[in-house]
Amino acid sequence: MSAFDTLTIAMPKGRIFGEATELLRQAGVPLPADVSEDSRKLTVSAPEAGLSFLLVKPVDVPTYVEHGVADLGVVGKDVLLEEARDVYELLDLGISPCHMAVAGLPDWSPVLHPKVATKYPRIADRYFREQGQQVEVIKLNGSVELAPLIGLADRIVDIVSTGRTLKENGLTELEHITDITSRLIANRASYRLKSGRIQDLYEKLASVVEKGEPV
Amino acid sequence: MAKPREFEKPTGVRDFPPRVAEKKRAVEERVRVCFERWGYREVITPTLEYFETVGGASAIEEHKLFKLLDRDGQTLVLRPDQTAPIARVVASMLREEPLPLRLYYHANVFRAQENEAGRNAEFYQSGVELVGDASPEADAEVVALAMEALQACEIEPLQIVVGHIGLLDGLLSERLTDRSQAALLKESLGQRNFVAYRNQVRRFQLPKEDEENLLSLLRIRGNREQLTVLRDLAHTGRTREAVSHLEAMWDALEDMGAAGHVVLDLSLVGSLDYYTGIYFEGYGSAKGAYLVSGGRYDRLLEQFDRPTPATGFGLKTDRLMEASPSFDREGERIALAYSPKAREEAFREARRLREAGQAVFLYRFKEGETAVPAAMRKSFDRVLEVKEDGHVRI
Repeated sequence: MSAFDTLTIAMPKGRIFGEATELLRQAGVPLPADVSEDSRKLTVSAPEAGLSFLLVKPVDVPTYVEHGVADLGVVGKDVLLEEARDVYELLDLGISPCHMAVAGLPDWSPVLHPKVATKYPRIADRYFREQGQQVEVIKLNGSVELAPLIGLADRIVDIVSTGRTLKENGLTELEHITDITSRLIANRASYRLKSGRIQDLYEKLASVVEKGEPV
Repeated sequence: MAKPREFEKPTGVRDFPPRVAEKKRAVEERVRVCFERWGYREVITPTLEYFETVGGASAIEEHKLFKLLDRDGQTLVLRPDQTAPIARVVASMLREEPLPLRLYYHANVFRAQENEAGRNAEFYQSGVELVGDASPEADAEVVALAMEALQACEIEPLQIVVGHIGLLDGLLSERLTDRSQAALLKESLGQRNFVAYRNQVRRFQLPKEDEENLLSLLRIRGNREQLTVLRDLAHTGRTREAVSHLEAMWDALEDMGAAGHVVLDLSLVGSLDYYTGIYFEGYGSAKGAYLVSGGRYDRLLEQFDRPTPATGFGLKTDRLMEASPSFDREGERIALAYSPKAREEAFREARRLREAGQAVFLYRFKEGETAVPAAMRKSFDRVLEVKEDGHVRI
């Protein structure tokens, strides 16, 4: 297999990486046993499968793919919506399901100068504009749940999977924005120049994914 | 905003140092030779155009245009592409010229970019427009010429992907009575979001066969054989005509010996309300981006009151400069160092070398100096010295 045929896949570290490699194994892609989510390496190669993985921050996955240093990527739809990169969105892998929601204190009622804290300013801005609501969006990088408690914002926009984090902070979900799962994305040129290998991997994954969901 | 430092430039514009400028010139020269060999002639249009005319007709969205006002308060734009200005020229200055017209350009175009800093707002394109020819041969010609231009820049591997907007439109509307559904699907294809496309198709609750047909459009990728698949999907006259046009174009490409790197993909769409027939993109070794895009735009010229079919493409010169290998320079760069007393001999030698096609850089030895400084030697292929006796030494 020539070097040109190796596919580089950018993946977020942690849970998504674990689930995605599990999916690849189910699809019959031979991955070495030491390819696992608790690896501390930044690159992992699976020569037998002709794959190599870049382990990066989730929000950076579409960047690596858009610039072509990775041919493919696995990334949450939340990141794709927020980053708006020019990549192919090939397949819904159905892993790491969660949703994007508006949350606030249980007794929340409309305020005069609404403020929304979020790690996803683009998604929040677009959502409230589409609702015809005028809000100020405040970008935070973490601990978003704190914002309504201390009066920085009256609501937040964030990812909800089990709802436990919201509950623990005394918040409640107010509006459902959109469902989120991880997607397989591809670089525009790789999609063309390595189409055979990408198509092959796509079909293997698609057959595993389709089995898991009612068609 | 803070006052800019003296070396700063506006966001998105670049200086080209000599080595980059040389590469740009070399790429443009190679593609120019291709264009001229196919009978295309250069046109040059102004950097400024009216927003009302060229700005509105352009395929580039309004929010990406650089706008300014002239003395009369008219809104002007820095040209966002070169196709609309050429359409204006064809409909005005060249109105009486017999068709078809074959025109080419090298031009800088301007587009406001969002994402991160460092993306170009001014970039270079070289391309052709073939105006007044609706035939499959005309489409084959521009595809073949685009490929030849990429090959002239030693792009390898190379692939040209061809879609067809009119055919896609036809296949969608044969299965969807609601125009807004077709628009949604085309938008998803334009965003290269196949997940959304599939979800939308399933949500429409169509008859099983129609649903399967629409989903299969994502899979129709490959060589000529895919055209037979398309023929089976096409039900109405207009759609069948589009398939026939593609088949005839493919035949013409084969007769040109240029079908080798061409791939059909109906999910490939360009700017949606601009292209009417084939749309194509060319990919090469560049990381991540396409090097050329083009297609048929039969409705543009009517906006300039000369309804005429047209087809063409634009090469992304900046990406081509990056993707192509470094080209050998013709002739050598020679430093010719001389002692003041041997100046006449040195100048005679320099002229002789220049006439032989070499680039000669003159260097006068300073008082007591006997050799060219090492730091300077590095930038030349050869260093010649003409000492006081008038002899040339290497």
